[in-house]
Amino acid sequence: MDVVLFLIFALIAVVAAINVVVQTHPIASAVSLIGVMGSLAVLYLLLGAEFIAAAQVIVYAGAVMVLFIFVIMLLNAGAEGKTGRSLMAQFLGAPLLVAFLGVLAYFVQRLFPDSSKVRFGGFTGGSAQAVGRALFTTYLLPFEVTSLLILIAILGAIVLGRKELD
Amino acid sequence: MSAVPISWFLTLSAVLFALGVAGFLFRRSIITVFMSIELMLNAVNLSFVTFAYKYQQVSGHLFTFFVMVVAAAEAAVGLAIILTVFKNRATLNIDEVASMKD
Amino acid sequence: MQLWLIPLLPLAGFAINGLFGRRFSKALVNVFAIGSVVLAFAWVLKTIVGLGDLTMPYTEHYFTWIQSGQFSVGADFTVDRLTEVMLLVVTGIGSLIHIYSTGYMAHEHGPNHGGYYRFFAYLNLFMFFMLVLVLAANYLVLFVGWEGVGLCSYLLIGFYFTKKFATDAGNKAFIVNRIGDFGFSLAMFYIVKTFGTLDFGSVFSRAPGASEATLTLIGLLLLVGATGKSAQIPLYVWLPDAMAGPTPVSALIHAATMVTAGVYMTARSFPIYSHAPVALETIAVIGVATAFFAATIGMAQNDIKKVFAYSTVSQLGYMFVGVGVGAYGAGVYHLVTHAFFKALLFLGSGAVIHSLSGEQDMRNMGGLRTKIPWTFWTMVCAWVAIAGVPFTSGFFSKDEILIAAYYHEPWIYWLGTITAGITAFYVSRAMFMTFFGKYRGHEHHIHESPAVMTLPLTVLAALSLAGGYFFRVPSFLDAVFPGRKELENSGLMAISVFFGFGGILIAYLMYVAKPAMADSFAGSIKGLYTLVYNKYFVDELYDTAVVKPVVGGARWVLWRGVDAGIIDGMANGVATLSRGIGGVLRLWQSGNIRSYATWVVAGSVALMVTLGMLAGGAR
Repeated sequence: MDVVLFLIFALIAVVAAINVVVQTHPIASAVSLIGVMGSLAVLYLLLGAEFIAAAQVIVYAGAVMVLFIFVIMLLNAGAEGKTGRSLMAQFLGAPLLVAFLGVLAYFVQRLFPDSSKVRFGGFTGGSAQAVGRALFTTYLLPFEVTSLLILIAILGAIVLGRKELD
Repeated sequence: MSAVPISWFLTLSAVLFALGVAGFLFRRSIITVFMSIELMLNAVNLSFVTFAYKYQQVSGHLFTFFVMVVAAAEAAVGLAIILTVFKNRATLNIDEVASMKD
Repeated sequence: MQLWLIPLLPLAGFAINGLFGRRFSKALVNVFAIGSVVLAFAWVLKTIVGLGDLTMPYTEHYFTWIQSGQFSVGADFTVDRLTEVMLLVVTGIGSLIHIYSTGYMAHEHGPNHGGYYRFFAYLNLFMFFMLVLVLAANYLVLFVGWEGVGLCSYLLIGFYFTKKFATDAGNKAFIVNRIGDFGFSLAMFYIVKTFGTLDFGSVFSRAPGASEATLTLIGLLLLVGATGKSAQIPLYVWLPDAMAGPTPVSALIHAATMVTAGVYMTARSFPIYSHAPVALETIAVIGVATAFFAATIGMAQNDIKKVFAYSTVSQLGYMFVGVGVGAYGAGVYHLVTHAFFKALLFLGSGAVIHSLSGEQDMRNMGGLRTKIPWTFWTMVCAWVAIAGVPFTSGFFSKDEILIAAYYHEPWIYWLGTITAGITAFYVSRAMFMTFFGKYRGHEHHIHESPAVMTLPLTVLAALSLAGGYFFRVPSFLDAVFPGRKELENSGLMAISVFFGFGGILIAYLMYVAKPAMADSFAGSIKGLYTLVYNKYFVDELYDTAVVKPVVGGARWVLWRGVDAGIIDGMANGVATLSRGIGGVLRLWQSGNIRSYATWVVAGSVALMVTLGMLAGGAR
């Protein structure tokens, strides 16, 4: 059962990701990205990360991507033009990418042979309670720092986005 | 039988990450490039959670949490910057935003 | 005995006059300057009396100056009979010249009475260094004094520093001396290498044990130093130019004391030389050659000070002959008598120049014996002494050297005797041109010099006449230089006296009896005369052969080639290289985001592969 689930949603994720890269219009890319995030949320559930899965859907797909879509609509970004080029990316990009993927895949295979398996319910420590406990005890400092980070981001976004006062 | 090998998750993560890199390298619109970055971050999140399962620790989830938070902040600021660039240059083509060349 | 007081008193005089003399009146400067030297002289007398009959050297050790492993040099002073002689000459004649200088320098032009305090400060400094040189108990302390007197000589020759020929002369003196000092330094290194010490006592007691070749080398190197300081061939060229300094300086430094340092040093080192006959022979040959050579130049000079300068070079040659033939005592004897009469000749000519308000060319003098009689009669005493008229001081000392030379190698005697004749000639010529005949100059107020100047002249005149008879220096120095042979040969004595009178007579003929004869004679041997008059063009020779190549090498090879080319080139080259590399690396910063990203991917691939290989290898 888990294998089937995995395969289905992994496939959806990969197709959507390819779509993100391939589509010319940014809106299409954004919607595809939402699709990727959704399937990833299911995979998180499979891995027992309940809280994270929820956060993914609510925060990432629900807030961040909506922000993206708002900006796309604000900018009225149309389909991409054909101007400009980068020599580096053109010539070296593809081979490098293949190399990159190849190396990663190789190492993954080498380091994690098939012995360990994932089963739904195999990990129960991903509940909101567990995450919350760890967040407010062991990882308290990063928590506070990131809250500060968000504050700074808000300030930055406001400053950058406001109109010039003549 | 109904168990998925860990390596499959990691391979999926690698594939998604590579796709993100591809988008970053080959797309010309700034917005799309940004979205490719978000794709990369998601791929990394997947591998964190996978490792959390493997080692039966919740720390991986915490990492993912922080990555998400930072990604959100980064998206906010980055989009604001894109808006400013668009206001000044009237273009979303990253090859034309190259005034740091000289 | 507090030997250290002897040099310290003039040093104190230097410090006081040097630091505060600017605000002193001339009288106050005099007090410190003359007072310090006279007190030093008094202390010398006290020391000599206190030491009594000195047969073994008396040494005072003050502190260890250098200590390096086995090698140590102490700040030591030593007195033996040779030192006593030198001390008396230096402080005694120094005092007289200091007194004289107060009169001579009284009318200088310029601020601070024309640098009056500066003159006496330098003079006192010179006394300090000379006394250190004489009192030294090891070669290094002697070298301190050696260098110091060279410095003071430079300062005093260039005293009129606004005049280029004076500063050039000062430079020349210092630089030529430096060449000699280089030889001296090499000698000291070799001494340390051979004997492990620079102390006189230790070196001299071990000298017989060293090989003759070693001692000859040391002796020759010391001789190089001596030729520099004592103006012998080939390093004599600075002395005639040194006449640019004030006349008392010429008298004190370049007649009586500094130039004798070379003689003193070689005489002091006699234990080394007595076992190195080749070096001794070299000394004698150089000495007699210099004596003859300089005397011939002196015959044709018209500047009165230049005549006496070449005379000094010549007479120093005699002293070296004395040392070189093994008659050390005789050499020192001549040092003493020469100090008397040469200082007198210089001071006297200074009085003449002072009376004529600065005239130095003898062709513009004449008939002065009636106008400045006191100067005249005192100079006559010096004249007879240097000409070797019997029973004067110069007679005794010169004859002792010549006779010893004869028994060593007769040719040295004959050349020396001919030189004696030439000496008599040129001094007589100078005297006749200056004091006899008709006055050829333009000065109207020719007056005798003040008492402060004539009194020292008188004292020196008395010493020139009677000093030789009363101060039997060689026998006094028997305790220091054992093995002196009492040589008497009336025949040889008569011959040298004959040559002396002959010189006087010829000069009389040419300059008093038939004044035109001199010019016609010079005209008949025009080529030779020009050669001699221009000092055999030695300076020009040195200039082309040594100076120009060195300067050219310094300018073109070392400056342009090495400094500007190589060293600056390296420094600039590094900068240019950095700029070049930077320029290349700059191209990487294309400003294009995508190329940056590509590089990031490339880097990460490389990193992963590397880590994988490392980890794989570890596993």
